[in-house]
Amino acid sequence: MSASRVISPGQVGSETGSRILRYTLAERINHWIAALTYTYCLITGLAFWSPYMFWLAVLVGGGPTARFWHPWFGLFFTASVGWMYKMWYEDMLITDTDRRWADAIKHYIENDDKNLPPEGRFNYGQKLYFWLIFYGTILLLISGVGLWFAESIPWSLRWLRYLAVTVHVVAGLATIGGFIIHVYMGTAMVRGGFTSIIRGEVSAAWAKTHHRLWYEQVVKGDPPNK
Amino acid sequence: MSQATLSIKQISGHAGAAPGAGVERDYQVCKLVDTTTCIGCKACEVACLEWNGYEFTETVFDNSYQTMPQTQWNYWNLIKFNEHEREDGSISLLMRKDQCMHCADPGCLKACPADGAIVQYTNGIVDFQQQNCIGCGYCVSGCPFDIPKFNPKTKKMFKCTLCVDRVSEGLEPACIKSCPTGCLHFGTKDDMKELAETRATQLRESFGFENAGVYDPAGVGGTGVIYVLHDATNPEAYGGLPRDPHVPWVVRFWKGPAKWIGNLAMLGGILGVTLHYLRYGPKQVDGDMHENGGQP
Repeated sequence: MSASRVISPGQVGSETGSRILRYTLAERINHWIAALTYTYCLITGLAFWSPYMFWLAVLVGGGPTARFWHPWFGLFFTASVGWMYKMWYEDMLITDTDRRWADAIKHYIENDDKNLPPEGRFNYGQKLYFWLIFYGTILLLISGVGLWFAESIPWSLRWLRYLAVTVHVVAGLATIGGFIIHVYMGTAMVRGGFTSIIRGEVSAAWAKTHHRLWYEQVVKGDPPNK
Repeated sequence: MSQATLSIKQISGHAGAAPGAGVERDYQVCKLVDTTTCIGCKACEVACLEWNGYEFTETVFDNSYQTMPQTQWNYWNLIKFNEHEREDGSISLLMRKDQCMHCADPGCLKACPADGAIVQYTNGIVDFQQQNCIGCGYCVSGCPFDIPKFNPKTKKMFKCTLCVDRVSEGLEPACIKSCPTGCLHFGTKDDMKELAETRATQLRESFGFENAGVYDPAGVGGTGVIYVLHDATNPEAYGGLPRDPHVPWVVRFWKGPAKWIGNLAMLGGILGVTLHYLRYGPKQVDGDMHENGGQP
């Protein structure tokens, strides 16, 4: 649930100058806890993944240190995703608007945004990424606990050890795929997105271009778009 | 422990060829455990503790002669006791010395992500190098015999070293030295196999153990510890000795094709977004929405 509001209402409607609060302080803090803990798990996880990336462990204090903290940072990340779920769950539900948008996703990829149906606070792609991370985290948590305490899994249930390895790898790679796209879009492709998750604000023009339904609701003072 | 006098065959978690691999030839060493002459005295358990400097630890009694349910990080050698009911209803008490099998194709080494934490020497000994171990426990999933154990205090993995420190100095392993019945033998793999086959033949021909045979599982490329069993058709009866052990296929896939598929996918992702940027660039925020008919 966002507390989106127009920061400088006198200028809303004009094309320049007006700023809108897109992410509250709590949302920004949450996002960066998730980002840092995920990045830690990514670096250390890649180190354990391939001998050719084992050197990454050196960046965070060496193999044993990386191994010690990886599961703990995983738990911190899980907690931040839980908090994120609490804050964004309603905003992230997939709607008919999203389905129409998804049908036209080709235009989004080709930066032909004029031919896209207007979107709410989060577009379909952002929602997909949210749910990918949400379910990915659940799988990583469960399989991660299995890997953490592999020796405690009885020999007669050793298929669980093998399942844990498989699930952790598959879920990890899936989130990495989403993460690559997320970082690219948040920094390079959708300019203004990166600033918004740091300072919380976007311009009215930005909101109108990328999230028009949300913008209209904010301007009207309606509850934020689900 | 590190053995500079031994030549290395392969090491774990290493990018590129293992340094020192293939420069020397060596005899493959092997322990032969004749379960038919083992009396379960546990001298080998004590000798193992003594030589490796471990105290006896607390254990669990579960109505058996067995010292504890399974090997521990500081208890590498365990006689497994099993009461086995024969077809005619009589009971035989099976005793098998359980320890690391020193597989020719070691699943622990395959699973290990830490550079040089697991070493296989040319003589066949598979040894953990605790100074390189990161304590991840992947070897637990890789091992088909459930041998590697975690020391929660030092956060390192431990198992039988086949007394690599003794063997590299030309001595036999401590367990072999302590065996009072001579059911434990140590020598080259070829010699031990020959001795084992001779004993199995003797058991079949002179003692009526029709199914007597040698356990040297091919699924892991043969092992550096081989058994003579009264009934080689039922290895499970000997404290759960697996019939056809092999490196779990999940571990093989994980450390083989999955690595390449995953790496290519990640590279593809990075390449994909880079190409997207070069082709389409950043999205434009239109300052004048009126032109697009988008006036709120």
